[in-house]
Amino acid sequence: MSLTTENQATQTRTIEVDSHTVNFGPQHPAAHGVLRLILEMKGEVIERADPHIGLLHRGTEKLIEYKTYMQAMPYMDRLDYVSPMSMEHSFVLAVEKLLRIEDQVPARARVIRTLFAELTRILNHLLNVTTYALDCGAITPSLWGFEQREHLLEFYEAVGGSHYHVNYFRAGGVAKDLPPGLEDRIAVWCEAFPRFLNDLEGLLSENRIFKQRTVDIGVMSAEQAMAWGFSGPCLRASGVPWDLRKSQPYEIYADLDFDIPVGRHGDCYDRYLVRMQEMRQSLRLVGQCLQRLKPGPIKIDDHKIAPPKRADMKRSMESLIHHFKLYTEGYHVPAGTTYTVTEAPKGEFGVYMVADGTNKPYRCKIRAPGYAHLQAMEALSKGHMLADAVSIIGSLDIVFGEIDR
Amino acid sequence: MAMLDRAARSMLLSELVSGMALTLKYFFSPKATINYPYERGPISPRFKGEHALRRYPNGEERCIACKLCEAVCPAQAITIEAEPRADGSRRTTRYDIDMTKCIYCGLCEEACPVDAIVEGPNLEFAAETREELLYDKDKLLANGDRWEPLLAKRLQLDAPYR
Repeated sequence: MSLTTENQATQTRTIEVDSHTVNFGPQHPAAHGVLRLILEMKGEVIERADPHIGLLHRGTEKLIEYKTYMQAMPYMDRLDYVSPMSMEHSFVLAVEKLLRIEDQVPARARVIRTLFAELTRILNHLLNVTTYALDCGAITPSLWGFEQREHLLEFYEAVGGSHYHVNYFRAGGVAKDLPPGLEDRIAVWCEAFPRFLNDLEGLLSENRIFKQRTVDIGVMSAEQAMAWGFSGPCLRASGVPWDLRKSQPYEIYADLDFDIPVGRHGDCYDRYLVRMQEMRQSLRLVGQCLQRLKPGPIKIDDHKIAPPKRADMKRSMESLIHHFKLYTEGYHVPAGTTYTVTEAPKGEFGVYMVADGTNKPYRCKIRAPGYAHLQAMEALSKGHMLADAVSIIGSLDIVFGEIDR
Repeated sequence: MAMLDRAARSMLLSELVSGMALTLKYFFSPKATINYPYERGPISPRFKGEHALRRYPNGEERCIACKLCEAVCPAQAITIEAEPRADGSRRTTRYDIDMTKCIYCGLCEEACPVDAIVEGPNLEFAAETREELLYDKDKLLANGDRWEPLLAKRLQLDAPYR
């Protein structure tokens, strides 16, 4: 915008006026947490989007350096608090790799971990898709979705004792076996869930309002997406069939049968479609895991790493000593480094861990997928309207626990 | 023909109408919501809620001041001081939990060798001031006395899995 004024000497002067700046967040309900987005607007068109992060920084990486490996586990839950068990998963696999016990983890523990990783994926996508629809003006999906989430959180609570911060996965297995009847409850839920997904798709997929808000908004080509470091559903929506569960299988994914949904256009609508399809694939995986659940031990039979059974601890002196050693000193991890990744619901979640032979990690660097997605905010939203920024943030599936760490 | 079909669907608002019909169906279906606090959702025996210090049936406190829970607590929320009692047995003189620090990970309950400190089923302990959430030994023992029947039941149900 420019203004022309005449001064006393009748010269014309041109004064440049800035495009105005909008502060989007950190209290904006569509900012999905504590995102502070500085938007430079020209009229209603975004010229520049500058995400400011760090408002939820808790120093998790530094804290973990001062905690034993067992104590560090609850902190992983609090990274991406929408999918806690996936966060634990990377950490647990990294510790197991450094301890060189990957091969000794019992089969049942592996199946349970895969089962809950997939339930977590559904949990995460349910929240994302429904609140994303809420951002785009549809209230009903979130009301329905939370009922389904409640069922999943009850499974969480049944195994780990809390809805979110379960502290359930442990190095060498899981904390406790599944309680009686839980497998049947999950199976019953699996029967009913596809009907809910159909209903959800019936509300959203063809809805003209939802499509107008999402189709061709925030388009990311495959090359761009890879250059920005995208992973997970955001990358697959751009047409890259990249899934760590297929490309470098961990746990029991190599034996399971599932497909990778891939989008074509890389716009907000495709990211929604990919997540919907991923929920169906996860449901297939949950069914397969339930079939593979055979009775057996749920943690490694090495009391230097996993605590002995309580009954043993009460009777045997050796077990009691193991118990006390584990809960005070923890276990020592041989010196080494690892970068262990899992396909978390949001993308590639990695833990780069340096162990120095003591009972605490020397360094634990966390690679959060949301961080890479958020940095593309400017590239995605440039030239779009202000309202589209909301759809784009929703489609990227941003959670600040993991971005700010 | 496909274009005509698309145009007809678009003009007749077919996807909006079918969406409305779906919502209407849900309107008449049984409700999932419950009337809290008169109705409550289920809670498993493993639920990690408000802490409690338990006693033996004869009234003696279980805690032997081994300080395992203090050592394992990731948030360093537990503070214990101990000395021998007049009868020679070792007991705590101070057992504080800062509930504002606690992250409810359940490691104290896992670590306790005598099932003294437990995380109970109570989830309604919100307070108006910060001071009320700094629990001392009396408060924790009172919690234990109040919840003991449920706590014992929960431990019994979960015993095969611990």
